[in-house]
Amino acid sequence: MMRRVLMFIPVLLAVALGIVLFAGIGKDPTQLESALIGKPVPVFSLADLQDPDRVHHDDVFQGEVSLLNVWGTWCPSCRDEHDDLVWLARDEGVRIVGLNYKDNRDLALEWLDKLGNPYALSLYDPQGRLGFDLGVYGAPETYVIDADGIVRYRHVGVITPRVWQETLRPVVDQYAKEG
Amino acid sequence: MYPELGQFSLILALLLAGLLATVPLVGAISGREQLQAFARPLASGLFVFVAIAFGLLTHAFVTDDFSVAYVANNSNSLLPWYYKFSAVWGGHEGSLLLWILMLTGWTLAVAVFSRRLPTVMIAQVLSVMGMVSVGFLLFILITSNPFDRLLPNVPADGADLNPLLQDFGLIVHPPMLYMGYVGFSVAFAFAIAALINGRLDAAWARWSRPWTTVAWSFLSVGIALGSWWAYYELGWGGWWFWDPVENASLLPWLAGTALVHSLAVTEKRGVFKSWTVLLAIVTFALSLLGTFLVRSGVLTSVHAFASDPTRGAFLLGLLAITIVSSLALYAFRAPVVHTRSRYGALSREIFLLLNNVLLVAAMLLVLVGTLYPLVLDYLGAGRLSIGEPFYNVTFSPLAIAVGFLLGAGIFSRWKRTDGGWLGRKLLWPAAISLVLTCATLVVYGGFSPWAFAGLLSACWVAVATFLDLWDKSASRHGRWHGLKRQSRSYYGMVLGHLGVAITMAGATVVSNYGVERDVRMSPGDTAEIGDLRFTFSEVGQRQGANFVAQYGRFDITRDGRLIATLYPEKRQYRVQRNVMTEAGIDAGLTRDLFVALGERVGDDAWAVRLQYKPLIRWLWLGALFMAVGGALAIADRRYRIKVRSGATAKAARRPGGQDEGVAEAV
Repeated sequence: MMRRVLMFIPVLLAVALGIVLFAGIGKDPTQLESALIGKPVPVFSLADLQDPDRVHHDDVFQGEVSLLNVWGTWCPSCRDEHDDLVWLARDEGVRIVGLNYKDNRDLALEWLDKLGNPYALSLYDPQGRLGFDLGVYGAPETYVIDADGIVRYRHVGVITPRVWQETLRPVVDQYAKEG
Repeated sequence: MYPELGQFSLILALLLAGLLATVPLVGAISGREQLQAFARPLASGLFVFVAIAFGLLTHAFVTDDFSVAYVANNSNSLLPWYYKFSAVWGGHEGSLLLWILMLTGWTLAVAVFSRRLPTVMIAQVLSVMGMVSVGFLLFILITSNPFDRLLPNVPADGADLNPLLQDFGLIVHPPMLYMGYVGFSVAFAFAIAALINGRLDAAWARWSRPWTTVAWSFLSVGIALGSWWAYYELGWGGWWFWDPVENASLLPWLAGTALVHSLAVTEKRGVFKSWTVLLAIVTFALSLLGTFLVRSGVLTSVHAFASDPTRGAFLLGLLAITIVSSLALYAFRAPVVHTRSRYGALSREIFLLLNNVLLVAAMLLVLVGTLYPLVLDYLGAGRLSIGEPFYNVTFSPLAIAVGFLLGAGIFSRWKRTDGGWLGRKLLWPAAISLVLTCATLVVYGGFSPWAFAGLLSACWVAVATFLDLWDKSASRHGRWHGLKRQSRSYYGMVLGHLGVAITMAGATVVSNYGVERDVRMSPGDTAEIGDLRFTFSEVGQRQGANFVAQYGRFDITRDGRLIATLYPEKRQYRVQRNVMTEAGIDAGLTRDLFVALGERVGDDAWAVRLQYKPLIRWLWLGALFMAVGGALAIADRRYRIKVRSGATAKAARRPGGQDEGVAEAV
């Protein structure tokens, strides 16, 4: 009888493991890896996408909670989220700063012309310098940056209305209130 | 039109799988032979429809049908044709389809090659495999349909295949790996069938054995290919990173290696049955766990597919049903009666049991290391991952211990081995391997405890294997006759064990005596590793099919004599715009020379990584030996001799005079 009870050990272990794995689902493993959370946006000076002679610095994030959206015309998922970004900027009144990442200026401008421009401001980063400092994995990625220029949240992947409602909006609202 | 047909055949395949999972099983339980007879035709039909779906997806890639979302995300019109072909399994959906294709392929193989098995048994085995197919077909149809269309916004061109995957390694690595993973489903199905009808006898072990060996061989090659690919393609010159996904492939391999050995004991001696059947279940469970880890996004890894919580949840549900129900079945049905077969403390049974203990310990170690971050996170202790140091100090001693045990175990006999005789027998191998090890240490110049232990263990395995072959092949008709008399399965074992020795020697030497230098070099500069002189002679540009590359030319000389010229590259792929490092490698049996071009650090200066990698090829050569050994083992004559139906495995007497009486007692 005792031996029969022992035979149940494997199945119990499997169930325990299953519970741990289940808890792990949906938690983005890359989520907390950004060492930048709680720190200021890296120092940068990058040209404007539309106007090559204008240079922006990290102070563009001062004064208002913004989203920093990393994108490129080479990235199909960016195409997927673009319409939602336009909606966010137009109907939800979110300030979005675009970081055109490792891309080509002409292609990027053509894209914004054709699909609409959700960005209050577009940074042009063909070498991926700011992207490197941010620790960008791949596009699209979106950072919530508070009114003091502190990185508060990092979202890897596409923004959908659902991601906005459930994940990003609470963060944005929280820091908008504090500011 | 074609993509819809593909989806339609997947749905048909699902229906057939559903029938396969139920009809023959009902037939087996109720004893109705006409229902059992459905098993084989259903298995064939299932394979055919999955194959059609796979063929249609391939067709979509080859014809650049970017209206199919999966094609648009993983291919491009500029992609060379052979990568268009391999891009079929370059992403989650397609690789899952490949996984299913192989699962149904194995099912078909069981249906075709098991004609001698009792009909009831084959009906149950195929039914269990049908159940697994149902699960995965549901998974692909519900969460990961590769035939989803992008209508009406058809992209003009595709997003291209990830450049990391545009490589020969990717063409062959996943299929091999999946053949191994999925192949263990056969051993699993046999185990479940045996548990269902309560016939967990030596015959069951004999039937499962060749299937397990084949799957294990494929997995060995798959893992080796993955390691080789990482070595030359990731550009850092490492060959094993203890990455969660690498670990996920190592887990079933370790369990499978234990299974191969414990099946041997169960077949020959009729003991360890409950343990063997548990191993068969665990091995396949670990294959499924690997699939889950890669596709659910719970762990970070270079290999991981895009994380999607729905997929993760579905897959976990599938995993839970499969594993929990089979382990519960095990808990209720596995025999607990003590086997009355006696064996002494130094018998071959005990050696193989210890081998199992060590392999399973190693498996648990890797499992803990891989899942530890998840468990910590679950307990709210934050995220962290376990790196190489953990594995190096814990895994290496186990591997070395397995080697020592193996060398001694080769000479052991079933039932009882005389201790004094075994001690005297081991004297020569011990002396020879000690001398060989010291000689190798002198050649590579430098003693370290790890190098000594690793090499000693590797030499010990090799010398013991050869000595055993020498003993067994003694014959009155001369050595050649004696060698010819040995069975193929014996040679399979010899090759497998030599493979272990070769891989261990390679791993030990390259880890302890490899040299790595990161230097800043401009054209014209030279750098040295030992007596090798690396001259950075020029920089150039070239055009590939879908990339532009900057290359450096490195001339490597020793004493003024040119040994090799290498052209490491930095490639910029046009569509995805990633920059890839393509290392320049001069491969050799005794050493690799490796040059990788890093970032440009000045006007004409580059960060360059130079490496000298002794015996690195042995790592993969050893795996090849193991796989060939596995292939030889299943080509053994006894698998082609007609088995009397219901035979309780009167084990084929192995030539060489071993004592192999079969004491069947349950």
